[in-house]
Amino acid sequence: MRKMSIKTKVIALAVIAIAIIVSIILMARVPALKVATTSSLYDTGLWGYLQPRFEEKYGVKLHILYAGTGIALEYGKRGDVHAVAIHDKARELQFVADGYGVERVPFAYNYFLIVGPPDDPAGIKGLTPEDACKKLMEEGSEDPDRIRFVSRGDDSGTHAKEKDIWRAAGFAYATVQESSWAQAREGYAEVGSGMGPTLLMTNEMNAYTLTDSGTFLAYKGGLALVPLVETGELLLNVYSVIAINPEKHPGTDLEMANNLVAFLISPEIQELIGNYGVEEYGVPLFIPCAGAEPEE
Amino acid sequence: MTEIWYGLTKAMELIISFDPEVMEIAARTLRIAGTSCLLASLISLPLASLIHFRRFHGKRVLINIIQTLFSVPTVIVGLFVFVLLSRAGPLGELGILFTPAAMVIGQMILITPILLGLTISALSGVSKEVVETATSLGASGFQLVLLVLREARYAVLAALILGFGRALSELGVAMMVGGNIRGFTRVMTTALSLATTRGELEMALALGIILLFLALVINIVLNRLQQRR
Repeated sequence: MRKMSIKTKVIALAVIAIAIIVSIILMARVPALKVATTSSLYDTGLWGYLQPRFEEKYGVKLHILYAGTGIALEYGKRGDVHAVAIHDKARELQFVADGYGVERVPFAYNYFLIVGPPDDPAGIKGLTPEDACKKLMEEGSEDPDRIRFVSRGDDSGTHAKEKDIWRAAGFAYATVQESSWAQAREGYAEVGSGMGPTLLMTNEMNAYTLTDSGTFLAYKGGLALVPLVETGELLLNVYSVIAINPEKHPGTDLEMANNLVAFLISPEIQELIGNYGVEEYGVPLFIPCAGAEPEE
Repeated sequence: MTEIWYGLTKAMELIISFDPEVMEIAARTLRIAGTSCLLASLISLPLASLIHFRRFHGKRVLINIIQTLFSVPTVIVGLFVFVLLSRAGPLGELGILFTPAAMVIGQMILITPILLGLTISALSGVSKEVVETATSLGASGFQLVLLVLREARYAVLAALILGFGRALSELGVAMMVGGNIRGFTRVMTTALSLATTRGELEMALALGIILLFLALVINIVLNRLQQRR
């Protein structure tokens, strides 16, 4: 065996290792459009349904990242994705105003629902969302073992909507978190999970929760929960797509992101979105709105 | 209990029918964990030899630090690599966040301390007499390292198996820097986690069983290799 000092050998191995790493890095640069999407668009299967159509039409891979609105916006701010598809109007407008996104383009909507146990122990059936929340807080503070509420607690679009409803009901969100209802061992609980898992937990805990109608329909088969509050202006749930502004992060592909936006609001795809879920659930999960803000 | 039984039968069904998606995910999992383990061992084995054979100030402290890193949470590694590779981060120019390469880097960082620490222990386990005899017979430094590595090969192999197992079964890194993209960065653990969050418990159990099955097959192969020598 040739004589070689340990040092040379180590350096040689280090060079090999670095070479392999670099080659992997080069291999990994697959051209793809990365989209961070809110969990409700993913859990309903809408992306799985649209993805092959987009890939075929534009000949580019679509990489879907499953994230809540909070983390999706963070990915967008850091330039790690090319577009975001989310549902929180206030934060979306802020995101665009801050220069991170090009334009907010609504492409579909549905409604939020407050769902709960079929026997409705707090008696909120048919109330407006604000009144329902007031009632839940009253009854829940008295009997937190029986009246429970599961909150997403993850800064998602649904969580933001829940905070809006509490505000409309006269409670700043901090007061909800500090209420005796939330301090009780049971009662109001923030779980920090996606919509699907939150529905499953709510079902196990015999609790109430706020959900988008699409995810609820997609999960309904395995749930005992029933919709209790379904009408009210506050319950409108609009999904938008925003292409990430390449000015902040050169290297993001605006052209392909714009293709995605155009794709989502094209008449053909809008029709597909409007029909999505009809076969399986009997009703559409989303109502298309082709780039315009839907009106209540 | 019935769920566990359904999980088992579902796993059997997926394995026997060669479910294309599951097979693809399993192959990707092995490829990524295998690459990480290979690269980590390329770094760790020479470095461990160096640390073991050299006397230097602070050696004990260094070994303590390495051993502490055995228990670093995978999410912390994931977070670190995420911040590093994000476009807003120092290595953002590479544009490799949410790719298998990012997962390989993360898993390498995760398992390198394990390989390092356990290899150092393995080398320490070789009796001094072997070293002394070899030196008196005129072995060069490099020959000595090879000899000791050879003597310690069972323990080194055990370290490799453990490192590979950690890479195979970790979730934090794969989720944070891979992003669980279907057909690209989805591996067994992230698929399992997604199935769980969707309430598809049988599918999740089946994936878990397949993951264990993969680990079993690999361990059997490695043990065979070990015995043949």
